[in-house]
Amino acid sequence: MNKVLTHKDVLDHLQSNATIGIGGWGARRKPMSLVREICQSDIKDLTVVSYGGPDIGLLCAHKKVKKLIFGFVSLDVIPLEAHFRQARQNKEIEVMELDEGMLQWGLRSAAMNLPFLPTRVGFGTDVLTHNPELKFVTSPYKDKESFIAMPAIKLDVALLHVNKSDEKGNTQIIGPDPFFDDLFARAAEKTFVSSEELLSTEELGGKDGAIFNRFERSLVTGVVHSPCGAHPTSCSPSYGFDIKHLKEYSDSVKYFNDYADKYMNKTHQDYIESVGGTEEITKIPLPQF
Amino acid sequence: MSDSISLAEICISQASKAWQDDGEILATGIGLIPRIAAGLAKLTHNPDLMMTDGETYLISEPAPMGKRDSSADQVEGYMSYSRVFENLWGGKRHAMVTPTQIDSFGQTNISVIGNYDSPKIQLLGVRGFPGNSIYHKNSIFIPNHSKKTFVEGEVDMVSGMGYKNKELSNGIFEIKRVITNLGIFDFNGKNNCMQLLSLHPNVSVDDVITNTGFEIAIQSDSITSMPSSEELVLIREVLDPQGIRNTIFGE
Repeated sequence: MNKVLTHKDVLDHLQSNATIGIGGWGARRKPMSLVREICQSDIKDLTVVSYGGPDIGLLCAHKKVKKLIFGFVSLDVIPLEAHFRQARQNKEIEVMELDEGMLQWGLRSAAMNLPFLPTRVGFGTDVLTHNPELKFVTSPYKDKESFIAMPAIKLDVALLHVNKSDEKGNTQIIGPDPFFDDLFARAAEKTFVSSEELLSTEELGGKDGAIFNRFERSLVTGVVHSPCGAHPTSCSPSYGFDIKHLKEYSDSVKYFNDYADKYMNKTHQDYIESVGGTEEITKIPLPQF
Repeated sequence: MSDSISLAEICISQASKAWQDDGEILATGIGLIPRIAAGLAKLTHNPDLMMTDGETYLISEPAPMGKRDSSADQVEGYMSYSRVFENLWGGKRHAMVTPTQIDSFGQTNISVIGNYDSPKIQLLGVRGFPGNSIYHKNSIFIPNHSKKTFVEGEVDMVSGMGYKNKELSNGIFEIKRVITNLGIFDFNGKNNCMQLLSLHPNVSVDDVITNTGFEIAIQSDSITSMPSSEELVLIREVLDPQGIRNTIFGE
């Protein structure tokens, strides 16, 4: 079994109007090389589900987003995401804005093949006001409590970035926080992972490595070898986020063409060279808070 | 102490008191002053508090501000984002946050300023505010007390619920303490109205009233008590030896 694909191959599985989920969290472990590939394609009108960072901003800057299902969009070190902000303020995108935990519940519900999961989260807030499609459910037990029925968020495609993979799609997330990548994979029809390293199964390290395997290979449709593929976001433990690049990206909101000329419409390898090469990127220290 | 006590140090000391009766829960201070304050609470009146390293691990001693050798952290547990959610749904957490807007109901906003469908300013998004507010206690730190933060009427997008919907949280909803650059407040006035507990040095009741967009009660107009010498040593030498706190008020 060989699931290895090129970045371009992944586009064959994506269509305009699709619902895609993007793993990672804020400016952490985002599958940015796959996101850039989408930005460079004809695909548009996507519904995107994300704990958002520059993945969302970059897709917005390329007018790829029809609707965003999100809890936040942030670059962490730069709290507000300029490109997302501009798209939202210019009314270019629809939104379904949810509490972070409701978003998790929506993915988990899809992952469990349930139509919804009940939650109290959202009561008393304008999350309900602005999402009138959210419905309610009453406990059938004697408490009779009313809950929000958070609907399943089903994904056509999930895009994730991992530290290690073999060609069968056995993946490992070595960084200490897997975020909600496992749920994205389970909520999706097809999952594509970009991986820092492409190794043999033996090189994944047997039992010691297997504890980093956060979801099983049957969920993985394709694997793309993408060293430093999360840049400019972080990929613990290999590299931190590239603050200088994130700042340049953020500042490019008024003159995005300058940024695009420098960094977009390139192969992944050429992009990595344009931002200093893998040797420089892997010297970027992990963030400390 | 030879140096004079700064406003940041007064706020840190006062903010730390938010967690004093909480027992063994997760203290989350988001932002500079709340984070130093949570650390101070752990080192003084509530050593049982759990705290993270700002990333994924629970550590035994509060992480000092600024660059540090994190390999020296004494890790005692794990707190991924998934675990943070599980923890907060169980209620064993008290966060201190800095919302962009607060109203008289204690409702908070970090989502948008202006009309939701045509925002004047897009902020972060509601993040975990809906869940945090319904499941556990929260406190608030505001460095720029004004009518723009303490707004008239209701906040533009209710991200964290308020006292008017308290029954929806099974009675859990609480804003424990509000620390601003002008004074200390809580919401224990009549009908949960916000009330002044003390004024920082050189601040008048009038300053507070003219900078707050809704009516507040004056429980006390005494001067905020100063940090103890023990607290000052901990703030200056242990929690923030590089003086990063001074950037908050440009001190």
